Amino acid sequence: MALSEQEILEGLAEIVNEETGLEPEEVQMDKSFTEDLDIDSLSMMTIVVNAEDKFGVRIPDDEVKNLTHVRDAVTYIASNQG
Amino acid sequence: MSTSPSSSQPARRVVITGVGATTPVGGTAPQTWEAILAGRSGVRPLTQDWVSEHELPVTFAGQIHTPPSEVLTKVEVRRNDPAGQYALIAAREAWADAGSPEVEKERLGVAVGSGIGGVWTLLDQWEVLRTRGPRRVFPLTVPMLMPNGPAAAVSLDLGARAGAHCPVSACASGAEGMGLALQMIRTGRADVMVAGGTEAAIHPLPIAAFAAMTALSSRNDDPERASRPYDVGRDGFVIAEGAGVFVLEAEEHALARGATIYAELAGVGMSSDAYHITAGEPEGAGAARAMEEAVADAGLAVSDILHINAHATSTPVGDLAETKAIHRAFGSHTANLAVTATKSMTGHLLGAAGALEAVLTALTLRDRRVPPTINLDDPDPQIDLDVVTGAPRALPEGDVAAVNNSFGFGGVNVALTLRTYR
Repeated sequence: MALSEQEILEGLAEIVNEETGLEPEEVQMDKSFTEDLDIDSLSMMTIVVNAEDKFGVRIPDDEVKNLTHVRDAVTYIASNQG
Repeated sequence: MSTSPSSSQPARRVVITGVGATTPVGGTAPQTWEAILAGRSGVRPLTQDWVSEHELPVTFAGQIHTPPSEVLTKVEVRRNDPAGQYALIAAREAWADAGSPEVEKERLGVAVGSGIGGVWTLLDQWEVLRTRGPRRVFPLTVPMLMPNGPAAAVSLDLGARAGAHCPVSACASGAEGMGLALQMIRTGRADVMVAGGTEAAIHPLPIAAFAAMTALSSRNDDPERASRPYDVGRDGFVIAEGAGVFVLEAEEHALARGATIYAELAGVGMSSDAYHITAGEPEGAGAARAMEEAVADAGLAVSDILHINAHATSTPVGDLAETKAIHRAFGSHTANLAVTATKSMTGHLLGAAGALEAVLTALTLRDRRVPPTINLDDPDPQIDLDVVTGAPRALPEGDVAAVNNSFGFGGVNVALTLRTYR
């Protein structure tokens, strides 16, 4: 069964917390990964591969640069989950 | 090495104002020191699955007493190899112990050596590559496996900008870190240095490799008694892990801020055997030269030295060669040296060993108590040294100096001279 956007957000927040130590509640839809959450490109790659494993989606490297905000990632995962 | 002042300007004196350690016998320097004075071993059986999985011939080690996950954040653990984690823990302890000195960041440097570097990261990520492919390889793999990763982590943590160095000289790395820091302060390139060594190589590959060269004790049925320097029954060293760190400071800098001073780091001597890639030169000529230089570099005579914290790893050949080296350097004064081998309790921390033992030597001088060597049940008659056993031995009042030896594969010899600070 497909996950809701809220469930994806919560799962993503756990991954971000694991990688950066940011509190999960700080990971909100309108936050920018780089500007607001201070996530660098190396951490972003780890978050992407962990999200792939967790949600069973493939996020191509070309797509990663479009995922500037948390909402972008959640939307991408929601519409591509298997 | 010609470090003696050539001009009329006297060299700056360098003092120890902070100590930190995470070791098989304690999670901090004071906890480690208490265990060492009490003669407690930190060597235990290894209980990990990989020991039987790989049918390792050696099944014990001196593993860290306090897991880093109890001290560091989850993210710090994730982003640092265990070698970096241990260095961060010991450096933060030393820095806090020194009173977090106010110092211009451009005058604060780091010298944290490592013999092997991030072997866990290297081999874990190799496994990730083999089983899950290149995209799953952790992006921080290179900075975590590089030997200077721990020095860099400490530099980042403290904002140290006078340099972040990592001497790599096998089991002399930590001592070389201390020696480099001494030079940097003396020559005016820094006022404060965070210096030491770290190692985290209790991994099946290094264990198998050291065992393949028959360097390790195989006393699997009695781990706590396996590290027995100077004993006739010694059969190799016990692999161990951890870190030791000093905060070193130019004397005038320490005095100006009213710092508590443990001891003076007074001299360093370094030499290389050019004899064999792993075996020390059996007559101890190179090791003796390092000791003589360390004493002269401190402006002292060999007769001023009253204590030696020996390298003494518990190998049949190594302990004997060091004994010959001590006789060579100290001559008839050797009889007046209270010698101890703290690896009998901690095992051999490889690249962190010299740093930890420098920390222990500083505490020895502060408390004027030489810790005992344990497991010396049947002294080797060829080892004619006055080894402290049973209980700590008091050092006299007044100005006392000590030498700490560290030798490494590659024929590297490093000796440090420490001196009580009046």
